[in-house]
Formats: sequence, structure tokens, C-alpha cells
Amino acid sequence: MSIICLKAGTLATIQDIGRIGYQNIGVIVSGAMDSFALKIANRLLGNHQHEACIEVTLRGTAFHFSEDTYIAITGGDLTPTIQGMDVPQWRPVLVRANQTLRFKGAKKGLRSYLAVQHGFSIEEKLGSKSTYLRANMGGLNGRALQEQDEIQLMNTNWDTPVLPIENEYFSTVSWHVRPDFYKKVRKRHRIRFVEGNEYQWFTTATQQNFERVHFDVAMSSDRMGYRLKGFKLQKDVQQEMVSEAVTNGTIQVANDGQPIILLADRQTTGGYPRIGQVISADLHRFGQMKPGDQIRFERVTLDEAYEALYDLEQQLNHIEVSIQLKK
Amino acid sequence: MRFNEYTTISPMGDAAIRIEFNEAVSVQQYHMMQLLIQHIEDAELPYEEIVPSFQVITILFNPLDVKKKIHNRQNPYQWLEEKICIILQQEITVTEQVEEVVEIPVCYGGEFGPDLEEVANYHSITPKEVIQKHTGRDYFVYMLGFAPGFPYLGGLDESLATPRKQTPRLKIEAGSVGIAGSQTGVYSIETPGGWQIIGRTPTALFTPEAEKPTLLRAGVWIRFYPISIEEYHVLKGENLCQSFA
Repeated sequence: MSIICLKAGTLATIQDIGRIGYQNIGVIVSGAMDSFALKIANRLLGNHQHEACIEVTLRGTAFHFSEDTYIAITGGDLTPTIQGMDVPQWRPVLVRANQTLRFKGAKKGLRSYLAVQHGFSIEEKLGSKSTYLRANMGGLNGRALQEQDEIQLMNTNWDTPVLPIENEYFSTVSWHVRPDFYKKVRKRHRIRFVEGNEYQWFTTATQQNFERVHFDVAMSSDRMGYRLKGFKLQKDVQQEMVSEAVTNGTIQVANDGQPIILLADRQTTGGYPRIGQVISADLHRFGQMKPGDQIRFERVTLDEAYEALYDLEQQLNHIEVSIQLKK
Repeated sequence: MRFNEYTTISPMGDAAIRIEFNEAVSVQQYHMMQLLIQHIEDAELPYEEIVPSFQVITILFNPLDVKKKIHNRQNPYQWLEEKICIILQQEITVTEQVEEVVEIPVCYGGEFGPDLEEVANYHSITPKEVIQKHTGRDYFVYMLGFAPGFPYLGGLDESLATPRKQTPRLKIEAGSVGIAGSQTGVYSIETPGGWQIIGRTPTALFTPEAEKPTLLRAGVWIRFYPISIEEYHVLKGENLCQSFA
């Protein structure tokens, strides 16, 4: 059994939690831009939380279901519809046979995660199903989804709870598990960071303004990195850097004085001064950030960064408990 | 010796630790880094991966995995740093490193090396001399990065150092051997790039299906040697008749 991609839309790729363990040979991590939403989509269906989903971006993507299929959609609100009816998100949905699911466009956020129960049957490459576009590996034939692609499902012995709300096209439940963050996604985002390795290279004025100014997210932002436009960051120390490993959320400042935040499809190494590192708890927010949105940075301590991460993990655990109680 | 006489340890965000070696980049120091990596690997700490570069060892970890091991008020970084500092303080005997050389055949010039003439002209030498200089020494692989299996090499003959192309090419074939500034390297996958391309190797540097996906790893030496276009095609497993048809 499979689902068919009828329309590719802006960009749709297979992503899981990423390809971990190969950065020392230059293989990038990839994976979901919003791993928090991906984990919830999987948990709603009883999947392992790291299972691969389809990451749908912005608008236009459509899938055809030839048989009854048990799915969940989380992340940004891209207005998923079947036969013109809104498909509820952040909850399990049983799509009826011969229906078409269309993502009409982003109402809130930017990226949605479409999970199917038991996951997609995609061969793992170096331990992951994530799509690595530049190396043509992972995902479906190493590329973004295209019209007429058939994506096989792992197993269709549905383990379906009672879905009391029914219509001709799908059945679902009245409850949902949408975290507050996704209710409140707007054009302005607050991003917390800890000092980067070259934080002290920047002038005091730049350090201060970095937290005062609203940066604009540039059009050229993508899964590799988000480029920001604000003021020109100035350094007291002018020193050539020797390339070394960078991580998810490294904020590096290129020679033009503009910050770039390295994200899911980042290269494994970089050679620009790093003013900061986005805290792990805030990385998923970039998944829902569009070009033209605005960012304001807030510096925190390492302990605060960990507290924020524990909070996020606790939210995930609470969601898990409420899903279990609803079953 | 002790590692902590040569290193500085610091956090990199909330999910990575940097161990920086204080001396200038050198093969000798790199051997010490490799030794430290072995010691860290043997300690079976809850990290996700270790990424070495010219002067820095970066240890990436999932803070939530580390947290499960902690039974005091430390945060994940502090806990891991403490464990690594124990390794850095140990008295270590430096053993002789086994030098591994990977030989890479290169078809220089012609359609595979469109910039060979330009590089030769830039230095007022003949293309043949460029090839002699380029194959005349071994290059140390300090790290893989930029693309899967792409080696950052040290040791280019300074008299071959050539600025990048004015306009980068939109497509450079996998296997292309190039020079950019005082660096030389081999493109492991097809990608855009501004390097001066002087030749191409039929050897694959990245094979995702293979058990060992990359030909190279950090810490080995590369030795380029020249081959003819016929040898290139034989090694590439291509059918000569077909390519002349």
C-alpha cells in the first residue's frame, strides 16, 4: 500500500530526526526542521518518535490515498483539506479510500509534518531516511517529492482508537494536542542563544544591539541556514579562522557583517566567527519561520538553556500521557 | 605528557564541547588529537559523535541522553566536561603513529583539467611542471567536510598556490582535483565551485551504499599520481568504444 504525490507544491521531502554519526566524514545531519512537531505527529500514531514523516513546506502539496490510511498532521497550519473540508491537525485522522489531501497554504507557520501509522517504507541510508538533496541520498531517490511519486507505507495493520467524528471523507477525534507555541506562531519570533566561541570578538555596541534589534529573515533562507538582515555586526578582533565543526543553531557572521543561523541542512564545518549558539529548545522554532518574519535574540546562560530544553521535553511527555489517556 | 598541557576545553552551545589544541596546525599535533579521540572513544561517554578538524575536536551530544546519567546538580555540559578533564589529566605515552597513504590516480589536463594551462601560465611554468609539483609530495588529510568525503588537505607546494576562478562554475564533476589559494583538494560529489580544476580521478570518494562510505578519513595521507585518459576510462570501468562512438 502506498500514497501518491499528486502535486509537489513548494517543497516536500522525507525527513526523520536526521543522520547522526557521520559528520566526521562530511555527511550532513539533515532531518526535520521542526523536530518537536515531527515527534508529536509520530506519538499521535504510536510510532517511534523519530520515524520519518513528509515535511511539507508552505503550500501546494497534495497526496492521494487509495485506501483507508491512518495519519496525523502537525507543525504549521498549511490549511490541509479533503474535498474542501479542513482536516483537523494535532490529532489522529483516518483518511478514507480514494480521497485527496491538499495543503492549500500557510495560515500559520511554514512547515507541516504528515505522519502515517507505522511510518513510510523508505530505505535507510547511513542510518536515516532523511533526504540529503545535495548528495542525492536518503528520502525518496535522494530528492524532493515530485508529481506521481508513490511512497510505500510500512504496514497497514492499523491500530486505530475510536474515532467518533465521522464524515464521508475522514474520521477523527474531538481532542487535540497542539502545544501553545503553535497557537501563537506569528511573524515575530524570540530566539534564545548562549554566547558563541567568538562572542568576545564583537564590539560591546554590537553585543548589545544584537539583543535589541529585530532582524529580518532574508528571502534566501532555507533548510541549510537562515540569513538575517538587521545591522552590520562589527568586530574588534580581526583574525582569520581555521575551519572546524559547526552545529545545529550556530550563529556565524560572514564578512558582510550579517548573521547566518546554521540549521538542518548545514555543512558540517564552517570558518566564520560565531557570535552565538541558538539553544536546543528553540531550534524547532525555525521550522515555522518564514522569510520576511522577524527575530529578536535573547542571551541566556547554559543552565537556562538546559532548563528550557527540559521544559520542552516535559511538554512532550505530557502530550504522550494525554494521548494514552484518550485512547 | 598530559593532554591538558596542550588543550583548552569549552562549551559550544548546549549540545557540544570543543577541545582546542593551542599550537599552530601541524601533523605532529594532529597525531596527538587522534590519540585523544581514541581515549575519549574508549571512555564510552554518552556523546553522539566526535568531529575532528585542524586544531579542534568537537564532541556533539544530546543533552537529554547525558542528563539520564547525572545524579547531582551538574548540567550536562559540566558532567561531560568533568569526565573529559579526567582523560586530559592522565599521563599518556605517545606511541608511534602508523602512517597510512591512500594513492589517488589523476588524469591531469584536457577536458578533465580545464584550468591546468591557466595555473601553469599564472606561475610561468609548463603544465607538465604543475603535474610534477602536484604529484611530488604527499598531502595530509586534516578533516573531511564541506561535502561528504571531501578532504581538507595540508601541504600544497606554495609555488602552486593560485587564486580561485573569478566566476565559480555552476557544476564541477565528482572526482575533480583542484587548487584554491594554497589549498588542494578533490571534489567528492558534483557541486558548484570556484576552484581551479587541474584534473580528475576515476576513484570514488563517496559511496553511500558502501560499508565504508568514504575513501578517506581524517589523519591519512594522500598521494596523487598521473594517469592517461585511457587508464582513466579503464579504472572508471567505462567502455572506451562507447565513449569514442
